[in-house]
Amino acid sequence: MSAIKPKHQRLVLLTIALVALIGAGLLAAWALRNQAAYFYVPADIVADPPEAGRAVRLGGMVEKGSIKTAPDGVTIDFVVEDGKARVPVRFRGITPDLFIEGSGVVAEGRMEPGGRFVADNLLAKHDENYVPREMAEMTKAQATATVAETR
Amino acid sequence: MHGFANPARFLRIARWLTPLLFGLGLLLAGGALAWGLTQVPPDRLMGETVRILFIHVPSAWLGMAGWTTIAIASLVELVWRHPLAGIAARAAAVPGATFTAICLATGSIWARPTWGTWWVWDGRLTSFLVLLFLYFGYIALAGAAQKDAAGGAGGSRVIAIFGLVGAINIPIINRSVVWWNSLHQPPSITMGKSSIDATFLVPLLIAALGFSLLFGGVVLARMRTLLAEIQTEARLRRKAIA
Repeated sequence: MSAIKPKHQRLVLLTIALVALIGAGLLAAWALRNQAAYFYVPADIVADPPEAGRAVRLGGMVEKGSIKTAPDGVTIDFVVEDGKARVPVRFRGITPDLFIEGSGVVAEGRMEPGGRFVADNLLAKHDENYVPREMAEMTKAQATATVAETR
Repeated sequence: MHGFANPARFLRIARWLTPLLFGLGLLLAGGALAWGLTQVPPDRLMGETVRILFIHVPSAWLGMAGWTTIAIASLVELVWRHPLAGIAARAAAVPGATFTAICLATGSIWARPTWGTWWVWDGRLTSFLVLLFLYFGYIALAGAAQKDAAGGAGGSRVIAIFGLVGAINIPIINRSVVWWNSLHQPPSITMGKSSIDATFLVPLLIAALGFSLLFGGVVLARMRTLLAEIQTEARLRRKAIA
């Protein structure tokens, strides 16, 4: 019986080590999947409401037609939704440029006892679509979508 | 593959390939950047800031490609004891770290107007910062092993193992925006599908190709330097003994 070549022995050993390493990494990432989330979606907040006053981040889509500016001009009310649940949010301050209806947002703040979320800070979330402003260069479907979005 | 194991043969090829990669890379990257910065229309939401795309995304890809190179070369070094593999891995570290830093810096500048913040600790940003620190660790370790010549092949093996272990971060970076809620958007380009309009996508891909060629040129140039250093050292040692 011939001995295994050292080259092949090293290859087998390293393959086993790599498989174990990737397994460990995946397990760690899997265990972190809730803790490492940057924000909660409205469904999480509704299913398991954080205690009032605890600092949390709420992320989702700004519901279309929900942004309302209060008479003082700096307080806005809007609704964050994820298709399963909706959470009303109040914010006082200057919003980022990408904060628009139908677009993603991450609000940092806390829940009020009444079930409303009060945000200290708003972060706009960009989606994965990059489309030029010029309508002429868009396909018809994209142009229609953009027009509907900006309305 | 073992045809390239001979450093003299590698040097003969690298001599003419290095300037070729630099020239083509500069031409493509420069052209694509000029096109992207002046000719491309503004994005429907982000406006003019979309132009950062043409630097940010290629640097992100190359930052990750750099460590992938290190990992593959380390595996080849450990298993086949290929004499050039360790040198290739070491040569990829500094350009990889540079592109990672460029990606983090441009990303931060881009985040301020679009998201409304310079930095957040979400999965994508954090894992990419970890990649930069891994590069720093790798460069420091490789430098220490080189100084400590007595370490010999053992020191080199430790670096290769570090290069392999660090590669676990690459799939984590890639999946971070899918596994965890993050402020960074999910991938725009996946398996042949792209949600980036062709007006942006074409200059982006040309810029990425140009930057990749530049990356390859830097790696070859650094490999030649490292080989020359090894030769000089060997010659000096022989003289000292004689």
